[in-house]
Amino acid sequence: MVIIQTNDFDHAAQYQALRAAGPTTGAVATFTGLVRDFGDQSQVSGLFLEHYPGMTERVIEDLIRQASQRWDVQAVRVIHRVGELALGDQIVFVGVSSAHRGDAFAACQFIMDALKTTAPFWKKELAADGDHWVEQKDSDLEQAQQWQDDTP
Amino acid sequence: MTNHASTVTVKYFARLREHLGIDTEQLAIAEQSRVSDVLATLSRRGGPWQELDSDRPLLVAVNQAMAKTSTTLADGDEVAFFPPVTGG
Repeated sequence: MVIIQTNDFDHAAQYQALRAAGPTTGAVATFTGLVRDFGDQSQVSGLFLEHYPGMTERVIEDLIRQASQRWDVQAVRVIHRVGELALGDQIVFVGVSSAHRGDAFAACQFIMDALKTTAPFWKKELAADGDHWVEQKDSDLEQAQQWQDDTP
Repeated sequence: MTNHASTVTVKYFARLREHLGIDTEQLAIAEQSRVSDVLATLSRRGGPWQELDSDRPLLVAVNQAMAKTSTTLADGDEVAFFPPVTGG
């Protein structure tokens, strides 16, 4: 399940949905990303998030398919917010349920790492002395690259 | 470029959208045009469009899937140009 929305999301409700399948689920791994002060420009008040409607959902759904082929995954929920966000706001949620923790952890991290480098979202930092678009980080590319080499 | 047999929708996102001052347009192209032909046509508009012919990193998607400058376009295709992604 992939949802792109401007509204905030309820972490507890997402967690409950992931364990709704009952006792076949042995593990739920969740990741929540928050709007952080990047610290590379002064007086940042928040972020503006832009996306490519349609393609964004397709890319993330494909990542979920890849994760489901690679690991024992029961349910996956991804929520990403767009629009204007304040420092400290929730920005992204990735939750995975599985029979086993190893699969849940791995699939959750794979989806998040790949989302950061392949899903068409763009962040703009909003600051009193001028807004600016965030540049892609080499460390994010390297983090995603490791999944190409690893075998589960 | 006399054979304008096809029309594609071109979309621009994020910093590129702001730089060019446009988010979407219809563009007539010759049959068998590649993404690189579209970039050459657009950059010839001059001014901010010359960035499309620069070394600045630029990604392209055709019909909402990542593509290459060598990708051949067909009538009705949706072509999108955007900077490296920074979500999550």
